[in-house]
Amino acid sequence: MIKISTIFAAGLIALGLAAPVVAQEHQTPQIERQQWSFAGIFGKYDEHQLQRGFQVFREVCANCHGAKLLAFRNLAEEGGPMFSEEQVKALAAEYTINDPEAEGGTRKGLTSDRWPGTGQSDADQIAAFGIVPPDLSVIAKARSITSPFPQWIFNYFTTYSEGGPDYLHALLMGYEETPPEGAEIPDGKFYNHVFPGHAIGMPPPLADGQVPYANEDGSEVPAEMLTAEQYSKDVSAFLMWVAEPHLNSQKAAGFRVLTFLILFAVLMWFVKQRLWRRVH
Amino acid sequence: MSSHTSNYTPSTGIEKWLDDRLPLIRFSKEHLMDYPTPRNLNYWWTGGAILTFMLAAQIVTGIILAMHYTPQVDLAFDSVEHIRRDVNSGRIIQATHAVGASMFFAAVYMHIFRGLYFGSYKAPREILWILGVIIFLLMMATAFMGYVLPWGQMSFWAAAVITNIFAAIPVIGDPILQLLRGGFAVDNPTLNRFFSLHYLLPFIIAAVVGLHIWALHVPGNNNPVGVEVKSERDTLPFHPFYTMKDLFAVVVFCIPFAWFVFFAPDILGHPDNYIQANPLVTPPHIVPEWYFLPFYAILRAIDFNFILDSKLLGVIAFGGSILILFFLPWLDTSKVRSGTFRPMFKWFYWVFVANFVLLTWYGAQAPDMKVLGNFTVADTSKLSVLYYFAYFIVILPLLSRFEKPRPLPNSISEAVLKPAPATN
Repeated sequence: MIKISTIFAAGLIALGLAAPVVAQEHQTPQIERQQWSFAGIFGKYDEHQLQRGFQVFREVCANCHGAKLLAFRNLAEEGGPMFSEEQVKALAAEYTINDPEAEGGTRKGLTSDRWPGTGQSDADQIAAFGIVPPDLSVIAKARSITSPFPQWIFNYFTTYSEGGPDYLHALLMGYEETPPEGAEIPDGKFYNHVFPGHAIGMPPPLADGQVPYANEDGSEVPAEMLTAEQYSKDVSAFLMWVAEPHLNSQKAAGFRVLTFLILFAVLMWFVKQRLWRRVH
Repeated sequence: MSSHTSNYTPSTGIEKWLDDRLPLIRFSKEHLMDYPTPRNLNYWWTGGAILTFMLAAQIVTGIILAMHYTPQVDLAFDSVEHIRRDVNSGRIIQATHAVGASMFFAAVYMHIFRGLYFGSYKAPREILWILGVIIFLLMMATAFMGYVLPWGQMSFWAAAVITNIFAAIPVIGDPILQLLRGGFAVDNPTLNRFFSLHYLLPFIIAAVVGLHIWALHVPGNNNPVGVEVKSERDTLPFHPFYTMKDLFAVVVFCIPFAWFVFFAPDILGHPDNYIQANPLVTPPHIVPEWYFLPFYAILRAIDFNFILDSKLLGVIAFGGSILILFFLPWLDTSKVRSGTFRPMFKWFYWVFVANFVLLTWYGAQAPDMKVLGNFTVADTSKLSVLYYFAYFIVILPLLSRFEKPRPLPNSISEAVLKPAPATN
């Protein structure tokens, strides 16, 4: 029979083989992990943060980036920014949607419409930025950060899935006005120490005080909320929600399923023990 | 069909009528209930139930996904997102299928390594083992094609790299490549045929699983001491003893499965697959899913010409690393099945396991990464490839000449039961 000690010994051999390997792992600048309300198994989106993030997205990002998988109705759905139906209806109506079936080819937006895009042609965008800015629908899941050994092993136990927002936040905060010596940045590009290759086409998008957050009751928003750092965190959280809109309900379902499975496993253990007691 | 007889007697008129025409109940009673099973099977023997459950889970979730998926290059990526966003419980079904592939492979590797340790491939179970290797190959093909369907960057480039392997085969390589891709490059015809085959292969797997179980029920299970069943005292009926033990194992297996599905559904995948496939942009690192990494490492390790071109040699090593399993029953010359009674084998076996883990790790690294001093992954992984093949071609054939096995128990019951069982 396979003894635990043998498995342990094999594990040690494997680690022994891997240890020198790991010690040599090449050094890439480590992106700092942020605190997110939706991290971990108990994590949930903070609807106020998503609302602020949406404001940043709408007023800043959406000028150049699309989000074709986001529908207006999503903004009112459970587990999202939870705007009211009326707010979303009014918001959608502010946009003009191309619809060949409508009179004149355009109509006012409905809540069932998808995010309308920037209205700029690819050619214009390439002329302006050198590339077409990527669609942001799933960008928070299409980017991540690398975890060095042994951290990535712990990721499986902490369910770390926030590499996307961590990366986006670091990227948005990663601009440097004066590139370090030796870094060659072509015309029309900007130095960003997080972006692969460091030369990014996106101009630094966020500045302190740029997006006027407002409280619903009209009270004053504290100055520390109106920083580029805060905007960046809020919009990264918002983009995570755009990419993973059912995260809250999925985790809630997960708790029910795991509770059931653990209870079922305990019961099956007693069934099995009782059955086998007769023959041992 | 097997060596044991059933004690089934039809008790009602309908059962009697059915038994004379299609003895379904008799068959079920014989093979799902009364099937005599060695009484000493440990939890490594619950792999069969877990794998059967996983195959069923993949087929059920897959059929639902196919109802909403569109196999067309411009629509495939968004249709998967449509499933995640708009289909009722779509995110959970899709995550179950994607994580399920990983869990399926985790279980199949445990099952294979259990067979390797306890000598389950030895006579009279050679065909059982060979059918298992066929299932493993079919699983790899199915998983690979399934990974292409979401049409993300890794899907596309995995399809390009893996199909390109066949081009290294002389003469017939190019026609095979074009047949696989449905053209000269990976494009819409590739996606269409992969979707079609991805739907077909699981049912072929299910059929081979049927044969695998048939081939199991003729000689009966191997067991941890590796001594054949000698009397009824050595066995227990499959039901309820093993049905309940297997069910317990399946439920326990579902706990980490659910953990990933609900709390970290993408943790086993690659972020690049959330970028729609783009033939004009090559990702910086093309890596297969974790379960292919050991074999990918073997393919890449052969980067030198030796009589043949390195590319062809790599393909031979890659294919050979799996095909060699077909010959394993005749390569291992030891008469003793269980590794427990083979003091030297044990060491070679565990080094083989560690080496396989190391190959997995190599497969995920860039070949020019430094491992020890100036030696890179490309250099040191060659040693692992060498050991992988030496284990089958040199060590197992020769080991029995030098090894003195420990004495085997006379029977299974002697090995497990106390000297004077009072209640049995």
